[in-house]
Amino acid sequence: MSMATDGMSGGVVLAEQLTRTSTGEAVQFWILGAIALIGALGTVFMKKAVHSALMLASTMLCLALFYMAQGAVFLGVVQIVVYTGAIMMLFLFVLMLVGVSSADSLKETLRGQRVAAVLAGLGFGILLVAGIANASLGNFAGYGGGTSPSGAAAPDEATRTAMDQSNVNGLAHLIFTKYVWAFEITSALLITAALGAMVLAHRERLKPRKTQRELAEARVRDNVNLAPMPAPGVYARHNAVDIPALLPDGSISELSVNATLRARGQVRDVSREPVHRVAELEESAEVWMEQRGEVPPARHEDEEGASGAADPGTGPGDGGPEAAPEDPDAAGTTHGDSVAAGAGSKESRS
Amino acid sequence: MNPANYLYLSALLFTIGAAGVLLRRNAIVVFMCVELMLNATNLAFVTFARMHGNYDGQIIAFFTMVVAAAEVVVGLSIIIAIFRARRTASVDDANLMKW
Repeated sequence: MSMATDGMSGGVVLAEQLTRTSTGEAVQFWILGAIALIGALGTVFMKKAVHSALMLASTMLCLALFYMAQGAVFLGVVQIVVYTGAIMMLFLFVLMLVGVSSADSLKETLRGQRVAAVLAGLGFGILLVAGIANASLGNFAGYGGGTSPSGAAAPDEATRTAMDQSNVNGLAHLIFTKYVWAFEITSALLITAALGAMVLAHRERLKPRKTQRELAEARVRDNVNLAPMPAPGVYARHNAVDIPALLPDGSISELSVNATLRARGQVRDVSREPVHRVAELEESAEVWMEQRGEVPPARHEDEEGASGAADPGTGPGDGGPEAAPEDPDAAGTTHGDSVAAGAGSKESRS
Repeated sequence: MNPANYLYLSALLFTIGAAGVLLRRNAIVVFMCVELMLNATNLAFVTFARMHGNYDGQIIAFFTMVVAAAEVVVGLSIIIAIFRARRTASVDDANLMKW
């Protein structure tokens, strides 16, 4: 009946009977218990199945820590590896297969079913909690040779041997002595489950697979889309598969977007985006090109006309003294060279 | 804290899982709620093992995990089979044995 010391935070009280856990374990219980409850409620009430799965994973992680805190170290690790690692990922895998967007419909098919379910759940919960509260739980024996609650049978040989060992060794001892029959049956169960999964997931091919020749012939015979489908739009501003290509009249081509995106309604129609966006884009492209030191193609002609005097000004510094003529005649003859030299030196600078 | 609180938590988790099975109609979410109930019973088993001071409860919880893993595999493949036939994972639409 002694209090556990605080030093064994989160651990198991080994030596004696306990009616109270250590403070560390209590703190862990209240924090993780709240998280586990929130996770469980989220599993039920989250609208999207993926969110439900993540909530359930958090609850399972909390439970794993509870197992470890209660001395079931092996079970805690198995809970993380098997449950959160394997089973929850299997759930997510199937969710992705079935379709993430398949949200529950909120329409009630049975009238009053939801209210009845909530009432039944509440009643069941109250019943369970009241049952535990009224049960004579007695003291907790713990794993250190404390006596079991009154009425428990005396431990048999296998249990006594197992309890002398550590958690993993003790469990192994029990599995391969006292519970060896159940363990053998488990193997049959696993084989049956594997077979069942293969049978259920297998799909028989009813018709032979079509060859490429048959597909091509069918395509010509149908005469619907003889040429390849239009590619999704690749514009200066949008470079994504969800942007449909534009037809000559400015409307969008539904065929150019993947059918899955069309079914989800994720087609982005940019055909009506304002034109000034395009002008803005061209401007920024010019700025960018100037920074790169390249001559913008749109302005190239203007410069050639006007920069007869301006170009040599930049030319001498970059191109050397021999490319620094004073008269406009020479400037006209060396114009192309100095532009080339200027462009080259700018490129080497950048 | 009284270690019996673990039992109360387990009861609450079990209740939430049961209510979820009744409330939800997406077969996968229903399945997850069943997993939640299994986990809640596992917590109770581990707590009972500590209460009695032997490993028997932990062994039972271990076997529960094995059975749950097998059950998940078969259950999910049934859901996939239904989804292939009906293009839906809602339990409301699977109201015919054969279609």
